[in-house]
Amino acid sequence: ELFVLTYGALVAQLCKDYEKDEDVNTCLDSMGYGIGVRLIDDFLAHSAVKKCRSYSETADTIAQVAFKMYLGVTPSVSCLSAAGNEFSLILDKNPLVDFVEELPAERASLCYSNLLCGVIRGALEMVHLAAEVSFLQDRLKGDAVTEIGITFLRKAED
Amino acid sequence: VGHVVLAINGAEVNGRFTADGKDVLEFLGNPANYPVSIRFGRHRLSSNEKLMLASMFHSLFAIGSQLSPEVGSSGIEMLETDTFKLHCFQTLTGIKFVVLADPRQAGIDSLLRKIYEIYSDFALKNPFYSLEMPIRCELFDQNLKLALEVAEKAGPFGPGS
Repeated sequence: ELFVLTYGALVAQLCKDYEKDEDVNTCLDSMGYGIGVRLIDDFLAHSAVKKCRSYSETADTIAQVAFKMYLGVTPSVSCLSAAGNEFSLILDKNPLVDFVEELPAERASLCYSNLLCGVIRGALEMVHLAAEVSFLQDRLKGDAVTEIGITFLRKAED
Repeated sequence: VGHVVLAINGAEVNGRFTADGKDVLEFLGNPANYPVSIRFGRHRLSSNEKLMLASMFHSLFAIGSQLSPEVGSSGIEMLETDTFKLHCFQTLTGIKFVVLADPRQAGIDSLLRKIYEIYSDFALKNPFYSLEMPIRCELFDQNLKLALEVAEKAGPFGPGS
């Protein structure tokens, strides 16, 4: 609970600091990125996951192992593209928004949980997988579900 | 041969002097101080030597994984010589943990994994530690020392580095 409240205070403060929603979103994403690049080693050290051999395995690992480990929820994974490099994680329950009812009117395009996108992006980058991560749907904005989209870009070689 | 005095009666020794400034040879020469326990070991590497060793090894590692006849080789895991064994563990994020140990020392694999855990817990989670810099986190050092002691006790001989 303390974590969720702290996150809320963080977002509220950012909203005071930045007028534009895009700036807050960008800020959350960079913070998440900084967390992600470190969290990945913690994840690998404490879970027994082996190297993933496909994007699909990677997406599954993120949803079933990582999300479970850090947020206690398991989003469901679906593949969005025939090429096999676009996936979406659908969150039934987003613990970060436990105490948030809805976004204030002047913050309509705020991605409240954008930190998560940064975390995923940072973590993937450290295992040499470039990806774009963003919210495709958000319950807070009135969509039916909360959906995070991961698009794997060209794989970076060592 | 090639060994230096590492500690006397538990107090660490640096060159010829102990941590509190006593001259080692003088101390050993005075029979009033006997019985005395002396720990010998190989000379500890300086930070610069460690950096040099690490960067050379990094290149060798990369060459090794390219040269390997096996497809998808992960690189050099162990280098064995007469006097020591070098163990290397590479994480999926590309970080390499290198341990130099006595050839008879066992349990290095689990030690390497334990070090990875300690690194992720005490170095990475420390907000003031910047990635890729030398690690100067006390908790990291403390826990590392504990892990090394456990590994030493488990193996038949000698300290790792």
